Amino acid sequence: MRAQRLAPPSAIVRHAVLLISGALILIPFVWMVSLSIKSPGEIFRASFSFWPEQFYGIENYTEALTSSPLPRYMLNGVVVCAAILALQIVICAPAAYALAKLDFPGRNLLFALVLIALLLPHEMLALPLFILGAKLGILNSYAGLVFPYVVSPLGIFLFRQFFKTIPDDVVHAARLDGFSELGIVSRIMVPMALPAIIAFGIFSVVSHWNSLFWPLIAVRDQNLMPPPLGIMVFKNEEAGNDYGPLMAASTLVVLPLIIAFLSAQRWFVEGLTGGAVK
Amino acid sequence: MAAITIEKIEKSFGATPVLRDVSLKIADGEFLTLLGPSGCGKSTLLRILAGLEVQTGGSVAIGERVVDGVRPNWRDVAMVFQSYALYPHMTVQENMAVPLRMRRLSAWQRLPLVGRFRPGTKAVAAEIETEVMRTAKALGIGHLLARKPGQLSGGQRQRVAVGRAMVRQPAVFLMDEPLSNLDAKLRVQMRAEIKELHDRLGVTFVYVTHDQSEAMTMSDRVAVMLDGELLQVAAPQEIYANPDDLRVAEFIGSPKINKLQARVRDGGLAETAGTSFTIPADIALGTDVALGIRPEAFHLVEAGGHNILTGAVRLVEHMGSDLYVHLDVPGTHHPVIARLLAERAPQITFGRTLHLGVKPERLLLFAGDGRRLRPHDHKSASLVKMKERVQ
Repeated sequence: MRAQRLAPPSAIVRHAVLLISGALILIPFVWMVSLSIKSPGEIFRASFSFWPEQFYGIENYTEALTSSPLPRYMLNGVVVCAAILALQIVICAPAAYALAKLDFPGRNLLFALVLIALLLPHEMLALPLFILGAKLGILNSYAGLVFPYVVSPLGIFLFRQFFKTIPDDVVHAARLDGFSELGIVSRIMVPMALPAIIAFGIFSVVSHWNSLFWPLIAVRDQNLMPPPLGIMVFKNEEAGNDYGPLMAASTLVVLPLIIAFLSAQRWFVEGLTGGAVK
Repeated sequence: MAAITIEKIEKSFGATPVLRDVSLKIADGEFLTLLGPSGCGKSTLLRILAGLEVQTGGSVAIGERVVDGVRPNWRDVAMVFQSYALYPHMTVQENMAVPLRMRRLSAWQRLPLVGRFRPGTKAVAAEIETEVMRTAKALGIGHLLARKPGQLSGGQRQRVAVGRAMVRQPAVFLMDEPLSNLDAKLRVQMRAEIKELHDRLGVTFVYVTHDQSEAMTMSDRVAVMLDGELLQVAAPQEIYANPDDLRVAEFIGSPKINKLQARVRDGGLAETAGTSFTIPADIALGTDVALGIRPEAFHLVEAGGHNILTGAVRLVEHMGSDLYVHLDVPGTHHPVIARLLAERAPQITFGRTLHLGVKPERLLLFAGDGRRLRPHDHKSASLVKMKERVQ
């Protein structure tokens, strides 16, 4: 594809639209970062500036890291997100392989169920899951945070679409070479579907890192809380109107996601579109 | 070393039959080609041999062993696929080592990192490496071992696919149109290489193709398939010169065989297109038959008459050594194509009337249902007579 040069008026309109929508998305983040380096007095000043007159960042960030168990929250986030992602791949990849490459009665019905599950918001399941978790005695534990998310309809769907694009001959060759069906999934399909797996991984990590609703229901122990819930609790109990450290904590919470996304951006786009254009 | 016995194989996908009552014996060390147009069921038959597809009925034996229900990797067969089916995330070396690793190393030993420390792994891994190296050198891809399939040309990928099949020394090679993704020049070269490979290894090859030149040049025997049925199994020259069925005659040979509808007249003559041809005398009067005449069976003669077709030149194709002359013959639906020597070219111009003679022994005679009628074949002749009486 060749880049097309637009006539000046339409180019201006196009860039204006892009700039405005980009700004709408970015401004809250910039504001957050800006507040996190201002002194308390400056935050509530009527006049407005992005850059602080007096740099107060070190105090705010130190406060955020020391007065709340923020490192603990972030560690919880890492543990929970990693466990969820690993289990999701372990469960979704074989399921997707079966739906994409194996022939068995009821396959289409099962796939339809996956699609239906894709349409249901997870919040709808909160109450049944809470009761189930209580019966199993896994509430208020890492297991309680991880368990409801290990079967991901989105993961099954994405992987299935990608596996469909892998030629049947590759599966046949693997069978002739002596791989078992699970061996085909783990040694052939998953490595070949790496872009899709990375894309799904970003989805999964972002949504569970930011997840507030289910952790709010499932855990009470501060030592188990993932970052957003921790911050919310911290804000209510400790900070009051002390917005500087709060914004510093928020900045620290989103930072890993931004770094992860930027470094995996290439695969992310490839993984989402790869299945469609091949 | 293994012969293959295919007995009464049936296969249908849902209600659609794909293979009908296919029986075939392939000798140990034979190069047999399954030839047919796409959709005739030849690839399905090959996949049933490999165990990748389960037949609806019938049975397959490799060597002495009936292999129905045996997993593909226990059948001692290796397969080369049309799309090569290499693993894109592995290097050439890894691709070729996979079948050996899967057979000789335990699941524990195959684990990354951990496996290296299991007893015996190192020795087996080194052995595998030397064997892969030897096979790769034999195929001229020794210098490509560190590359991934994506960095190879079509011909190189093809060799890697052959190497992956070869390295485990199977009793039977199955090849599913392995050359159809290559360009014409490379195809001719690889054709010769595969044939040489067969001569060198001496194992059984089953080769699937829709390309008759591949089938004719490489095979010991050709099995012609059409619509899920095996029409004829014979040596290439036999298939060409002596087809059992009109469909086989039409499928093999380029340009296509000329087909003339004729009616048997008294005195062993068949009447068609304003002339008559001598045919074996024992076919009943009034029977409708089809005459098959290969383009090269014609020779130019001076004037029309018995055993001679007369028509106007419609198109002349120069092929270098030969001319393909298309003639409009009154009373036929399709132009008749004759292959003549190139030095005849000055005489043959558009619109000119030509007389083409055919020796009676070069006529192929087919019954109305496409079956071959052979001279002195009393069974088929009397069958025709019987049919005649019924009518």
